[in-house]
Amino acid sequence: MRKIIELIMKIVFLLSACISVLAVAVICYFLFSEGLPAIAEIGPGNFLGGTLWKPLEGLFGILPMIIGSIYVTAGAILIGVPIGLLCAIFMAKFCPAKLYRFLKPAIDLLAGIPSIVYGFFGLVVIVPVMQVLTGTSGKGVLTASIMLGIMILPTIISVSESSLRAVPESYYEGSLALGATHERSVFFAVLPAAKSGIMAGIILGIGRAIGETMAVVMIAGNQPVIPSSITSGVRTLTANIVMEMGYATGLHREALIATAVVLFVFILIINVSFSLLKRRND
Amino acid sequence: MNPVQYLKNHPFSFFLRMLVYVSAAITVTVLVFLIGYILYKGVPNLTLPGIFDWKFTSQNMSMTPAIINTVLMTALSLLMAVPIGVFAAIYLVEYSKKGNKLVKLIRVTAETLSGIPSIVYGLFGFIVFVITLGWSYTLLSGAITLSIMILPLIMRTTEEALMAVPDSYREGSFGLGAGRLRTVFRIIVPSAMPGILSGIILAIGRIVGESAALIFTAGTNPVVPGSVFSSVSTLSVHMYALMTEGLYVDQAYAVAVVLLAVVVLINALSAALARKLTKK
Repeated sequence: MRKIIELIMKIVFLLSACISVLAVAVICYFLFSEGLPAIAEIGPGNFLGGTLWKPLEGLFGILPMIIGSIYVTAGAILIGVPIGLLCAIFMAKFCPAKLYRFLKPAIDLLAGIPSIVYGFFGLVVIVPVMQVLTGTSGKGVLTASIMLGIMILPTIISVSESSLRAVPESYYEGSLALGATHERSVFFAVLPAAKSGIMAGIILGIGRAIGETMAVVMIAGNQPVIPSSITSGVRTLTANIVMEMGYATGLHREALIATAVVLFVFILIINVSFSLLKRRND
Repeated sequence: MNPVQYLKNHPFSFFLRMLVYVSAAITVTVLVFLIGYILYKGVPNLTLPGIFDWKFTSQNMSMTPAIINTVLMTALSLLMAVPIGVFAAIYLVEYSKKGNKLVKLIRVTAETLSGIPSIVYGLFGFIVFVITLGWSYTLLSGAITLSIMILPLIMRTTEEALMAVPDSYREGSFGLGAGRLRTVFRIIVPSAMPGILSGIILAIGRIVGESAALIFTAGTNPVVPGSVFSSVSTLSVHMYALMTEGLYVDQAYAVAVVLLAVVVLINALSAALARKLTKK
């Protein structure tokens, strides 16, 4: 009797573990089976390379959204990575223990704030400021980049901090013993040794920025054209889906699902490079 | 050495130090400003007439039903994701053999799941529940979508908690003649409880903050549901609806305050649990 229960529970545990495999398979199946026929119908070249998104006229080119996502993500990296990395260096090597007790929960809090609240903050604070500074509508690449730069800060900080802390203390001490100052030792002995961990953090940040939806849709302007400057409006892949899914039908709906397929492939590429980096670390 | 002298002797090091300080200051300023601004503008709006009324009407824009919906959504998602996630972690840590191909596959897929953006989950839920099964927007479709989304989080935190249990506990239990199952449920899971709980709390935080995955699965209907097949909006989705209509910015501020309060509470809880873990 006991043996049977043991066996049954073992199978239950095994089946539970397989749910994640099943979930990925089902997600892939539904996305690709709905999205790929649409890409085939529109034509891969017209879909991925088309610059016009006019669902009513049957034009489904998502190049503006692909470029929009890349611009906004690149902007977020430009803003978020230097600040996040330097902040991580502060937390790992400069911060007094007393201050750390407040700083660490603060970073965790930054990570926990819902993206809708970030979007709201961007809408009521950053957008008006940008209106005054640039004389445009205030919604655009730069605004979205700043917002996403802030949103990826906690990811960059926590991953970089733990990889900085994982560097053996002897690196730092050796550098000090050679006469380098504390700052030079941290920047030129410890930081290079933590490089691959920091890269992994940046890749995670890219994943978060490219997948962010609700904050971006509030502040990016959402025009489906390739942005001509950093202050012009931009629509990302995620915004394209969330804005039109509610009322889309037929080929339009399938084109939106195909947009998600493109996004999904981006994320898969990011995931694979992340796990490759992690494997090199271990 | 005083700062002026340090600047003279090591100008570059001084510069680096300043860079580091300024970045940390920027990060903290952003956080303090964000929270301060929302509290400053939002707290007075908590007394708007009818904002906490029991029933939602287009006059009072009450958030009480949305709060109830958030609780229901959280409970239903956890009900599905926690047993599966914990059982999966138990399999990975206590039962599987090292280097097993299936285990590798499970880990890779769990990592993939945790990287998928919430809008893709939302779209997936929309295709499966709304289009294929024809449920339209329901509480249940939202909860199933979210439970897949939080599954990798629960699996990973539980796994870490189980692995932190010393092997001597297992050996002791086996030595006393307990079977594998009894060892797991009587010895290992109880000692890993704080870690498992902190994972669940993190998951609650994600559910409460989620909006993109819910708009096209659970809908945006801010009323208390009659059944799991009713359309509901959680607090975050409710806030999105208030913002997009553009007329209810004051109410959106009030919801933002409530959301922030929940996030602070969740963070405090998980920090307290983490302290309990490290003390042991």
